[in-house]
Amino acid sequence: MSEALYVQLLDLAGGALLLTAVVILWRRKLTAIVRVFAVQGFALSLLVAVLAAHENDPTLGGIAVGLLVLRAGVLPWLLRRALAAAGEEQHETRPLVNVAASLLAAAVLVLIAYAVSQPLVELFPSAASTAIPVGMAVVLIGFFALVTRRHALSQLVGFLLMDNGITAVGFLATTGVAFVVELGISLDVLMAVLVLYVLASRMREAFGTTDLDDLRELHD
Amino acid sequence: MNDVILLVPVLAPLAGAVVYVAFGWRPATSWAAAVSAALVLASGAVLAADVLQHGARTGLFGLVRVDALAAFMLVVVGAVALLAAGATPSWLRGEIAAGRAEPRTATRHSLLVQLFLAAMAWAVMAANVGMVWVSIEATTIVTAFLVGQRRSRAAVEAAWKYVVICSTGIAVALLGILLLDAAASHVPGHVGLDWVELVSAAPHLDPGVTRIAVALMVVGFGTKAGLAPLHSWLPDAHGQAPAPVSALMSGVLLAVAFSVVLRVKAISDAALGLGFARTLLVAIALATLAVSASLMIRQRDYKRMLAYSSMEHLGIIAFGAAAGGPLATAAVLLHVLGHGLVKGVLFLGAGQILHATGSSRIDAVRDLVGRVPVLAGCVGVGVLALIGFPPFSVFASELGIVRAGFGAGLGWATALALVLVLVIAAALVVHTSRMLFARPGAAAEPADEPSAASPTSPDSPGLPAAPDSPASPASPGLTTSPASPTAEPALPRRRAAMPLLLGLLACSALGVTAGPLAAVLDAAAQSLTGAP
Repeated sequence: MSEALYVQLLDLAGGALLLTAVVILWRRKLTAIVRVFAVQGFALSLLVAVLAAHENDPTLGGIAVGLLVLRAGVLPWLLRRALAAAGEEQHETRPLVNVAASLLAAAVLVLIAYAVSQPLVELFPSAASTAIPVGMAVVLIGFFALVTRRHALSQLVGFLLMDNGITAVGFLATTGVAFVVELGISLDVLMAVLVLYVLASRMREAFGTTDLDDLRELHD
Repeated sequence: MNDVILLVPVLAPLAGAVVYVAFGWRPATSWAAAVSAALVLASGAVLAADVLQHGARTGLFGLVRVDALAAFMLVVVGAVALLAAGATPSWLRGEIAAGRAEPRTATRHSLLVQLFLAAMAWAVMAANVGMVWVSIEATTIVTAFLVGQRRSRAAVEAAWKYVVICSTGIAVALLGILLLDAAASHVPGHVGLDWVELVSAAPHLDPGVTRIAVALMVVGFGTKAGLAPLHSWLPDAHGQAPAPVSALMSGVLLAVAFSVVLRVKAISDAALGLGFARTLLVAIALATLAVSASLMIRQRDYKRMLAYSSMEHLGIIAFGAAAGGPLATAAVLLHVLGHGLVKGVLFLGAGQILHATGSSRIDAVRDLVGRVPVLAGCVGVGVLALIGFPPFSVFASELGIVRAGFGAGLGWATALALVLVLVIAAALVVHTSRMLFARPGAAAEPADEPSAASPTSPDSPGLPAAPDSPASPASPGLTTSPASPTAEPALPRRRAAMPLLLGLLACSALGVTAGPLAAVLDAAAQSLTGAP
């Protein structure tokens, strides 16, 4: 692959990552959010695949395929199933911060991400490392979604956004951690989501809804 | 000696898990948990002796490395697990008798506890930061179902918060690990994510990237250790989890997560100097103490009260780690063990109080001394041990940490921490003495008891632990019914206090002399601080 094409594809994948993160913050319909999340999983695996092609690394290519299956296939499928079980309450009704303010916050978070990642970019200037701030921005936006959303499934999506961002930073900043570790990380993410999925259905049993506003039993 | 001993701490709990899968929970298998915990403890002791003689051991194709800190943490894990395992059978029988659990729940409970122990042992011994991360996240997944075991609204809510907040914290730690890896990959020579390689390469790491990585890892693993700012899962999870699980989480989970923070600090000290990690940990410790103090004062639930006290002690431990130096680090490690034992005793005692009274509210528990003297004695002495009375080891370790704090030039911060600790101790004593001694209407008619409590208690039917069955035998049962039914619950209760007494004894023995552990503590402290 030529250098110019490599950089363009890298920028495309990075741009798609960031754009999907912002769109998730913007949309309120949960089915749409899950669809955008699947697109982001695709963008993430594209990013890793581009890196793999550039470095001629078949293991990295394998990881890209694994990521595609997990992040664009299995996880969105699980989320859709949880949504179907949840029935009609498919809207993020009252986020703690409204949509316009959320988008403004996302802009600020992107700026922060660029500022924070400076030492990383300076450490080894390359086409891949200049995309690190994008991954950081996705992490921050995910965290923001996690703390401001009130629907159990939106929180779950926020957590997964963070995870996508972290994975992106990991592959952009290093040539990838050890394969065993990567496998363990992916398994753990899958398990955590399964656990939350089970808990969400128990919550529906106990509360009749997965709106976390109703979680008011425990406080001081 | 070969590698087999390195496998015991992980394989023993896994074998315990297999036993519970195969045979279920029944009287014959109820002590398998104690056996596996004892094996973890014994292998920790053997490994500690071996490390002192021959230095750190690496094994299993380099996946496992046991140094003095790892051996000591295995001892902590084994000791607290043994304490909890000793009290679990009678606790489970009580739950089943009260109709809150079935034998199937007991089987699942025992199975998950064994998996939890295996993951903790692996986290302590893993040579690679990535593997440590994987096993700590695995404990989140395993314990989530233990926290939500009761399936009540409150339990499900606590489990949800626990998984979301801990997974988020641990994801933050993962980002830190990846950045550290990026920094390490630019050091000449192949430096992976191995603890030893990272420490030896630390002076050459890029300071800018390492600073971000260390901050993220301290906050991330600190989440799992119950430290601010992502601490809010702790009181909910500890309050809702079954008593033996609360004991394990407080004594093992928090301690193991903090031991990871200690290792990160060793890297940070070598790469960035003492100042960075110190400032970060002092800020985190003071914030944790402040949160704990403010919420302890008006606490109404005794399990949550104990949970906030766990936060306090982790704050003290973080403060000691911030002071640094071999002496402070040894005191920190001693505090980890002493706190694990005492808090284990108190959570197990709280579980028995819950069985005796049917409520976890402080208001609902009165005159324990008169009703269950042995249990009340254990809880009272345990609280005294917790706030740092001699001869218990918490006294010795807190003294060491305070002295190190003043010695390290953290005078104002230490003074502030001391004030907060005093406030917490006062609140703890006031709440506990109300539970132990307060008599509604002094020596009045015993029939007064329910009526005196009635203005507050009957309007809380939604409380998780208040199906009517366990509440009724407690107060009216003791006074009105004939002698035979009252003697029956009292008998196992006395036997159930045995593990509590043993735990307190162990902690006071530790306070008088650390014995052979002293050498392990010194070796661990020296390896962490880089002192000769």
